[in-house]
Amino acid sequence: MSTGAVGRAHPRLEGREKVTGTARYAVEYPVDGVTYGWAVPAAVVRGRITRVDTDEALASPGVLAVLHHGNAPRLAQGPERELWLLQEPAAHYRGQFVAVVVATSLEAAREGARLVRIDYDAGPHSTVLAADHPGLYKPEHVNPSYPTDTAEGDFDAGYAAAPVRVDVTYRTPAYHNNPMEPHATTAQWHDGRLVVHDSNQGPVAVQATLAELFELPQESVRVITEHVGGGFGSKGYTKAAVVLAALAARHVDRPVKLALTRQQLFGPIGYRTPTIQRVRLAADAHGRLTAICHDAISQTSTIREFAEQTAVYTRSMYAAPHRRTTHRLVRLDVPTPFWMRAPGECPGAYALESAMDELAIAVGVDPVELRIRNDAQVDPDQGEPFTSRNLVACLREGAQRFGWTGRDPTPRARRDGRWLIGTGVAGSSYPARARPSSAAATARPDGTFLVRIDATDIGTGARTALWQVAADALGVPPERVEIRIGDSDLPVAPLAGGSMGTASWSWAVIRACEALRGKLREGASPDTEVSAEADTTDEVGGQPTRPRYAYGAQFVEVRVDADTGEVRVNRLLGVFAAGRVVNPTTARSQLIGGMTMGLSMALHEEGLLDERYGDWVNHDLATYHITGCADVEAVEAYWLDERDDELNPAGVKGIGEIGIVGTAAAVASAVHHATGVRIRDLPIRLDKLIGVSGLA
Amino acid sequence: MRPFRYHRPADVADAVAVLAGEPHAAYLGGGTNLVDLMKLGVQRPELLVDVTRLPLDTVEELPDGGLRIGATVRNSDLAAHPAVRRDYPVLARALLAAASGQLRNLATTGGNLLQHTRCVYFQDTGKACNKRDPGSGCAALHGQNRDLAVLDWSEQCVATHPSDLAVALAALDAVVEVHESDGPRDVPLAALYRSPGAHPERETTLARGALITAVRLPPLPAARRSAYLKVRDRASFAFAAGSVAAVLDLDGDVVRDVRLAYGAVAHRPWRAYRAEEELRGRLFSPELAARAADAELAEARPLRHNGFKLPLTRAITVRVLSELAAS
Repeated sequence: MSTGAVGRAHPRLEGREKVTGTARYAVEYPVDGVTYGWAVPAAVVRGRITRVDTDEALASPGVLAVLHHGNAPRLAQGPERELWLLQEPAAHYRGQFVAVVVATSLEAAREGARLVRIDYDAGPHSTVLAADHPGLYKPEHVNPSYPTDTAEGDFDAGYAAAPVRVDVTYRTPAYHNNPMEPHATTAQWHDGRLVVHDSNQGPVAVQATLAELFELPQESVRVITEHVGGGFGSKGYTKAAVVLAALAARHVDRPVKLALTRQQLFGPIGYRTPTIQRVRLAADAHGRLTAICHDAISQTSTIREFAEQTAVYTRSMYAAPHRRTTHRLVRLDVPTPFWMRAPGECPGAYALESAMDELAIAVGVDPVELRIRNDAQVDPDQGEPFTSRNLVACLREGAQRFGWTGRDPTPRARRDGRWLIGTGVAGSSYPARARPSSAAATARPDGTFLVRIDATDIGTGARTALWQVAADALGVPPERVEIRIGDSDLPVAPLAGGSMGTASWSWAVIRACEALRGKLREGASPDTEVSAEADTTDEVGGQPTRPRYAYGAQFVEVRVDADTGEVRVNRLLGVFAAGRVVNPTTARSQLIGGMTMGLSMALHEEGLLDERYGDWVNHDLATYHITGCADVEAVEAYWLDERDDELNPAGVKGIGEIGIVGTAAAVASAVHHATGVRIRDLPIRLDKLIGVSGLA
Repeated sequence: MRPFRYHRPADVADAVAVLAGEPHAAYLGGGTNLVDLMKLGVQRPELLVDVTRLPLDTVEELPDGGLRIGATVRNSDLAAHPAVRRDYPVLARALLAAASGQLRNLATTGGNLLQHTRCVYFQDTGKACNKRDPGSGCAALHGQNRDLAVLDWSEQCVATHPSDLAVALAALDAVVEVHESDGPRDVPLAALYRSPGAHPERETTLARGALITAVRLPPLPAARRSAYLKVRDRASFAFAAGSVAAVLDLDGDVVRDVRLAYGAVAHRPWRAYRAEEELRGRLFSPELAARAADAELAEARPLRHNGFKLPLTRAITVRVLSELAAS
């Protein structure tokens, strides 16, 4: 790391293009002869399609075709039934795409979609998650491949014997990913080869899935993903838009652009499952945990099992001799839930960290101190020491920066005029994973270098971070390095997800750069281009399986209007231990973005299901409230200088998700501190506080 | 493609005449609501008559001390107008509590009054709504109705009127100047909106094709002591969970006169006459304000998810009046 680009703040390489509007997103590429697709959602919750009448739509000016199960090109039955689109006369949930209209303009396609008549033979349906739902079952594993249930010691006995116990149930609603750019694709077929410009978090998986569905050799599919306007997990796997666009382009034999509407993001792209979580904690008189149990209930659809790993967070966070976690799932007639920033960890931490706050009160120990007393240096789940665990350091530094020390734990003790003031804290952790990747590096005669990898920058700054890493690995100033990402023609790399993008990609980039340097005379430019490639499959696979996690602590101050119950956040502060930070500028964005999304989860977001219709009625950003700028009055993110040599060559842990993990619990605990009212079902809105007697 | 025609009228008479001759025409003001509804397929006009270039964009101080606000005055401009800020602070505050800066820069005075409910069922053509599709039913009545009415709703419709501006105008006894086929007339704001009743698709008492040309505020010296209080679920742009416009005129501690109107509780801006009656002539106290709110809300019928609007409306009534009394 001779030149030291890593660790220096640098604006995004593509920042200027983005703010001036010249960066092209998936449906912004100019394409000759392009047509426009508009997806038609199912209008029943569950049912058989008995008739599709396309006459009126086809007669509408500009409409070229209406694709549906009766005429769409055939797809192979891939592993995901959800992607087997327009292949069967059935709707498995309201909003599932059952037809596509293709037209010469976007407006014509939209009008055509309105004119498609579909008759259904609708069946009875069940769309509401309930703790006593008769369909609850135990899935074989939970996302991505964790054991469904775990048990150590004897929870029941340990719990029964403890002097202090907390037994509480928390509920979280459906949360909906709303990246600025919707799921969108431009699809083109050229001589049997499929080229898509697609908004996703990993072109490699999209390429593989399309090849499988359309029965093509992998090299006959190219996926270009230059810029992505956000994903948060919802674009972490191949989704409907790209399949529909490719089907439509094949059917009309012309390029097709298809972007989902804002309304269509509420369901078909996946969402964070609602949860019902019972947490039981037992402790001795000093607050040392003796028993922990976390029972999580969530939902999936009838066509795909997605079992969110809600209670997995609890397995490794705090130590106790008696521990149990369970997951139960129910198949409902709803869209399939999917990844949303820290799936599992985020809702799970809301429950566990909230319960820790309740335990702190029950036992009379400061909530920061309670967490410090229950810290574990050996993973309670795997029984092995963590490669590094700086939760306590995050809590201590956060407490110092926030001014936590001397906090009066008495609820409703601070007041500023009509505002009740309260503070709250939560711990956070998120796995530090890496996956195999490949990358290539080329030295050019002019002294510059080209680094190529099929990484994806979903707005995180990944492109810039890899450029910095490459410069240091090559031992040259970053200005001499060009980086190319986001194209399946580039060396294969894993997705941007699970906070493991930078760890995985930088590993391969460093190895490729090292290999290239081995081919070059030090300090001299080659006469012709010289290239080297690296593939970290063996190295990553051969890494000892140790528990690796990033940690953090969020501190929150809220004010609650004593008369109206309005909750506002004065201050949000997080301290994180996430290995080496490559680019402080973009890292800070990730961390404050995560915390802001946690605030949003705690106070604002809620998908309101109408069980009769089987969908969420507040399906736009006017009615599905997210935290806006005026709601974030002060947000601060700090990180510890953490070195962990057992991670990856760059020493990074990933920062995309850790920011959100504990934030909602910290907000909820601060509301309790302010008001004395514990709201255990998110979001915490004024209607849940105003009815509480004596608040004013 | 669903084409529509666009007409820029020469004057008010032309606008009204053109609209009268077209069964599926609509006036276009700032477009902040209509254009959204067109994209959603909720409204499908075949002709848009763009009234924004008509000479209706001035605020005029009247000899009697009142104010005439042209129908195309933008919300931002109206909120910033010195006479509004000085004489009718409730109006300026209601405007600034609404929407976002960008929307206020576009939205017009007349358009604001005629905007449509944000009931999610109205805005979704896949769901039953008598207001959008008469006879189809009201999905909101037994659906997600947290944001909807607690007063004066019918089995056919439980929608609320979304405007903040209209609530302030209701408190100020504003008069709406309209131009209809047979000429101009004045409509008191209190008589502009209908209760939903059996025909929620009929939202106002205006004849089809009527154009709002101005809003007139009668002189009301007491309005210098006035305020608008809006409570919403987040600090950023959101429609009201509850709102109140208030003018308070005290003689010592005795309420000489008071004007009170509520938002987010009914199909129209809700002038709280009963509460005013309760307050007038009495020694002001927060307890009196609470009693007045209770009197107004005595006939409220909360729906499954919106019972909170009663304590909320009561709380903001007490607060806004107490603050005005102390000011």
